[in-house]
Amino acid sequence: MAQGVIAITEQRDGKFRKVSYEVVSEGRRIADGLAAPLTAVVIGSGVDALAAEIKKFGPDRIVALDDSVLADYRTDAYTNALAALIKTVDPAVIITGASVQGKDLSARLAARLGAGLAMDCTAVALQNGVLTCTRPMFGGKIFADVQIQGSPQMIAVRPNVMAIAEAPKEGVLEKPAPQLGEVKTVVTEKLMDTGSKIELTEAAVIVSGGRGTGGNFKPIEELAAALGGAVGASRSAVDEGWRKHGDQVGQTGKVVSPALYIACGISGAIQHLAGMSTSKVIVAINKDPEAPIFSKADFGVAGDIFQIIPAVTEAVKKIKS
Amino acid sequence: MDIVVLVKQVPDTESLVQIAADGVSIKKDDIKWVMNPYDELAVEEALRIKEAKGGTVTVLSVGPPKAQETIRTALAMGADKGIHVNDPTAEGSDSLAVARILAAALKTVPFNLIIAGQRGVDEDNYQVGAALAEFLGIPHVSLVIKAELLDGKIRCHRVVEGGTVLVEAPLPALFTTQRGLNDPRYASLPGIMKAKKKPLEVKTLADLGIEPATVGAGGRKVVVKALRLPPQRKAVRMVTGDTPEAVAVELVRVLHDETKLI
Repeated sequence: MAQGVIAITEQRDGKFRKVSYEVVSEGRRIADGLAAPLTAVVIGSGVDALAAEIKKFGPDRIVALDDSVLADYRTDAYTNALAALIKTVDPAVIITGASVQGKDLSARLAARLGAGLAMDCTAVALQNGVLTCTRPMFGGKIFADVQIQGSPQMIAVRPNVMAIAEAPKEGVLEKPAPQLGEVKTVVTEKLMDTGSKIELTEAAVIVSGGRGTGGNFKPIEELAAALGGAVGASRSAVDEGWRKHGDQVGQTGKVVSPALYIACGISGAIQHLAGMSTSKVIVAINKDPEAPIFSKADFGVAGDIFQIIPAVTEAVKKIKS
Repeated sequence: MDIVVLVKQVPDTESLVQIAADGVSIKKDDIKWVMNPYDELAVEEALRIKEAKGGTVTVLSVGPPKAQETIRTALAMGADKGIHVNDPTAEGSDSLAVARILAAALKTVPFNLIIAGQRGVDEDNYQVGAALAEFLGIPHVSLVIKAELLDGKIRCHRVVEGGTVLVEAPLPALFTTQRGLNDPRYASLPGIMKAKKKPLEVKTLADLGIEPATVGAGGRKVVVKALRLPPQRKAVRMVTGDTPEAVAVELVRVLHDETKLI
């Protein structure tokens, strides 16, 4: 009978992505609730240090799938290796991150295993041994509580949402030879942004600009820098060509859940609100006190963003120093 | 190059979505239904490839009778023919079941490439493209902003956090779209007229040899127990002051002292 929980971690170039800690922490909570063991899977090439690092979050067992073929994420290689492992373990629950990689991998793996997958969950509740996952739909306009039939039950959790909890344990490390199967795809090049740009979906603070910026994002960039956060944009700002597609927050852009979201000169179109409504605290700064964004904000400032934002940046610098 | 594009009709992203009386589905009236925005990118990309290399573009959709509008839109943009799996039993299918239906519908359709939206902006499942590729036994690449056809393979520029990764896959393959891939064209008036005469095959699950019990609401692996509105925030607290500086200091004080976020 299927039992136990598998948490699939994610690393890039030898470093865990933050969602890995979230996934293993949430996996630990689910496993404890089910009184079942937790296995953390570390997958890549040369992952010994990572396998040791993940012990901090309390897995009972760590499986390292280590092979040069797994150095870069490729859907087919990763799916083959994980599906083979999962067949030997027969887990009741598999948890992954709903990052770019996690969404792609979990979708293919679910189809391979014929498993139900609750994608991009923001909460997982356990009652009488039954898992109920909450997942935003329609870009967050509606929340669905879903249950998964059969096993394994697959859950992909939205990055930046699940609490990270350290629970160090001397988990058992296993290094089986990965079953790589047939791998048809090749990663030929990686073009990574230079500099220390913070990824929107992982940022603790996001400062976003909309049409009200008139295309001038400098004050927003400065405030984001002062807060150690990332810069986002509304669809209209992206459509105007002021920011790149990758910066767009909304139903047709990125869905983000930072601790603090500051919307500047954004009126609050439904499709934008959909992309940021799970942020913990929302601040809106807009000239128009009637703008719909204020109905979704915790704190609001009605005023000229070009006067308010630089003053906020100064105040932030002062309080930090 | 024979290309299949998957399309889905979804509520317009500007529409207000309301929960139906059953508590597990949405109210379907009074909604403006449109082609899933990521599928528009898929149709456009297929047309550009066809214009450059020749071939055919077939549009495939699973959905209620109304979904035919979306297929016609794709035909009006320039696609050659449509396949509409229209069967009330398929209603309420989850991603795995939809992918199985699509795989069955493609059994007799020759293709080199399938293009799909990265997700439907309705249930936001991000699964159908990958699952279809799995069931067809072909590679897939997701979140593509540039696709280059090479000899017998495709090179996809795939967006990841903090950059772009180039992945090559042998054809036949499937890729899913990300914003930035292209700017979809609008259907022209002559295009709309022509679309009315283009072939559109309608299939039922029986035509595809699909067991009704494995799909639809009853075949779901991911069962919706309840839909609800997101938790409401408390009424906004406006921060005021005599000067921008005073407002800023007060805002930062609140964020620092009360929310502990700065």
